[in-house]
Amino acid sequence: MEPFSKLEGIAAPLPMVNVDTDKIIPAHWLKTIERSGLGVGLFESLRYREDGSEAPDFILNREPWRRARILITGENFGCGSSREHAPWALLDYGIRCVIAPSFADIFFNNCFKNGILPIVLPRETVDALMAEAETAPDPVFTVDLEGQVILRPGGNAPVHFEVDPFKRHCLLEGLDDVGLTLQKVGKIDSYEEKSRREKPWLFRLAA
Amino acid sequence: MSGPKTLFAKIWDDHVIEEQEDGTCLLYIDRHLVHEVTSPQAFEGLRQSGRKVRRPDATLAVPDHNVPTTDRSRGIADETSRIQVETLERNCAEFGIQLFDPLDIRQGIVHVIGPEQGFTLPGTTIVCGDSHTSTHGAFGALAFGIGTSEVEHVLATQTLLQKRPKTMRIAVEGELPPGVGAKDVILAIIGRIGTAGGTGHVIEYAGEVVRGLSMEGRMTICNMSIEAGARAGLVAPDDKTFAYLAGRPMAPKGALWEQAVAFWRTLPSDAGARYDKEVVLDASEIEPLVTWGTSPQDVVPVTGRVPDPAEESDPQRRAAMERALSYMGLEPGTPITEIRIDTVFIGSCTNARIEDLRTVARIVEGRRVAPGIRALVVPGSGLVKHQAEEEGIDRILRDAGFEWREPGCSMCLAMNPDKLAPGERCASTSNRNFEGRQGKGGRTHLVSPAMAAAAAIEGRFADVRKFL
Repeated sequence: MEPFSKLEGIAAPLPMVNVDTDKIIPAHWLKTIERSGLGVGLFESLRYREDGSEAPDFILNREPWRRARILITGENFGCGSSREHAPWALLDYGIRCVIAPSFADIFFNNCFKNGILPIVLPRETVDALMAEAETAPDPVFTVDLEGQVILRPGGNAPVHFEVDPFKRHCLLEGLDDVGLTLQKVGKIDSYEEKSRREKPWLFRLAA
Repeated sequence: MSGPKTLFAKIWDDHVIEEQEDGTCLLYIDRHLVHEVTSPQAFEGLRQSGRKVRRPDATLAVPDHNVPTTDRSRGIADETSRIQVETLERNCAEFGIQLFDPLDIRQGIVHVIGPEQGFTLPGTTIVCGDSHTSTHGAFGALAFGIGTSEVEHVLATQTLLQKRPKTMRIAVEGELPPGVGAKDVILAIIGRIGTAGGTGHVIEYAGEVVRGLSMEGRMTICNMSIEAGARAGLVAPDDKTFAYLAGRPMAPKGALWEQAVAFWRTLPSDAGARYDKEVVLDASEIEPLVTWGTSPQDVVPVTGRVPDPAEESDPQRRAAMERALSYMGLEPGTPITEIRIDTVFIGSCTNARIEDLRTVARIVEGRRVAPGIRALVVPGSGLVKHQAEEEGIDRILRDAGFEWREPGCSMCLAMNPDKLAPGERCASTSNRNFEGRQGKGGRTHLVSPAMAAAAAIEGRFADVRKFL
């Protein structure tokens, strides 16, 4: 996983609530057996017209947001399916940070596993940032994970954000969870032995 | 000393291997279900790092999302779907995981076959790369959906890193009116708490109504916990749970069964256990429900009308309502029973079990699907299909004009050939009415199996209570 320390980039406003993972990446894209190449399908139903051409009004089809690396959106972003294809599509497009008043749990976790930082801020703050992303002449924000702060265009006061310390650590270092957990294999072995003694029915699947 | 504990806390505490200072827990996973869509990249990850599957014996795989529901004897025509199913088969062979292939009678939707095989057991932790894993909570198991990176983590380590969620108790008290079933109960709950109401929580469903429901009904309710934002839903295991599991192929037998049941009886929440949130619903107020919009929280009684966005004060929510109505092709104020449909889909991990099919058969017996309506029945598994055929249900449904299909996820998410065309309107027993969910431009209304049957007969939404 690519480490995340400081991200400087254009932020795109997407003022919609309950954006579900089917909207982020429709199911027909899920037939892939790869992680890459999903950026073209990101927000497909919003981004393209019937004939496959770009919908000119959609934010990611307009300059400068076409080059967005940050997305600012409404509450409960990423609800629905557990598909990790949603963060893969964002990442493949180039978006590495999503700011919203709230996220669905599975999507939120999936982001961290892929070097994407989801930031939760109060609705009023998100609305303010969204307005700046829409109207600032050069809507470039800087997300500093080390300092837990968002620097805004036009010199407005920086915004502090909270992040789970362990998740922050893993993002900053680009750590692979599986590798970390396998360092604790002894503890897993002991747990399993105890479980086998106390709940033996869980270890004899008569298929 | 700890005080009275919830069912959730008992299972969680029993599975914590280690808790870090910041509260992140390393949680042991007892059961892992795998399907073809969210696993290929996880197996690839194992191969790249030279890792093995820690407990193939606690892992069960089945292809369900991509499989066609028509004759399968000649394989899958769609090449990308076929490659994904073949990739699962190859991965399972390489890593020693048991798999039910599309021609195996045990094949079906992953959340139908887990309970059916007795792979799902009370007091366990169960995960799958699928958000509807919450279904298994009906057995008093802590079951939740995970992403592909976490699938790889479980395959390699049989554990997950998780923060302890909060708890919510939802009690449904009183008695359900005739014509109102488990699907209406969960839609009513989602309508009440909203699609993010359960975010960060595990929901325990309780109360007279939940205790009175069959295992199938409890599964329907737990299944849609994720539509209320909760990763997991739970129901306390009881004699009904044990009766359902007894004799299932992968359930314990003999002395082990006795030992397991004794343990399972200790699981229900202790009297006086505390929850972070509590919600009570009065069952007598629940009517047969229909969704009007593109979020599962957009519910309205069948006797009601399409709501008016002008009455919503929050501008973001109003915009969402306007967008939903435009997508759904509906005008505010339209009576629900005046909405005509094109398609009826009976299926999905929410409502494709034997009880659901029996309900539909009871309503359509001796009646006909309205002219011009395409009506599909997709049983949840090969075994459900077989049982329905033994009971003559397939005959009743075919005679009424339904298509009787092979098991799979089918039109719930349109990854196989079963799709809505743009603008087509569907009465669906599935779980999500998102834009494009059942096919690009398709319009989904979520309903119970009984309401789907009534809609099939009338060609528009109809109050099932007049068919009782």
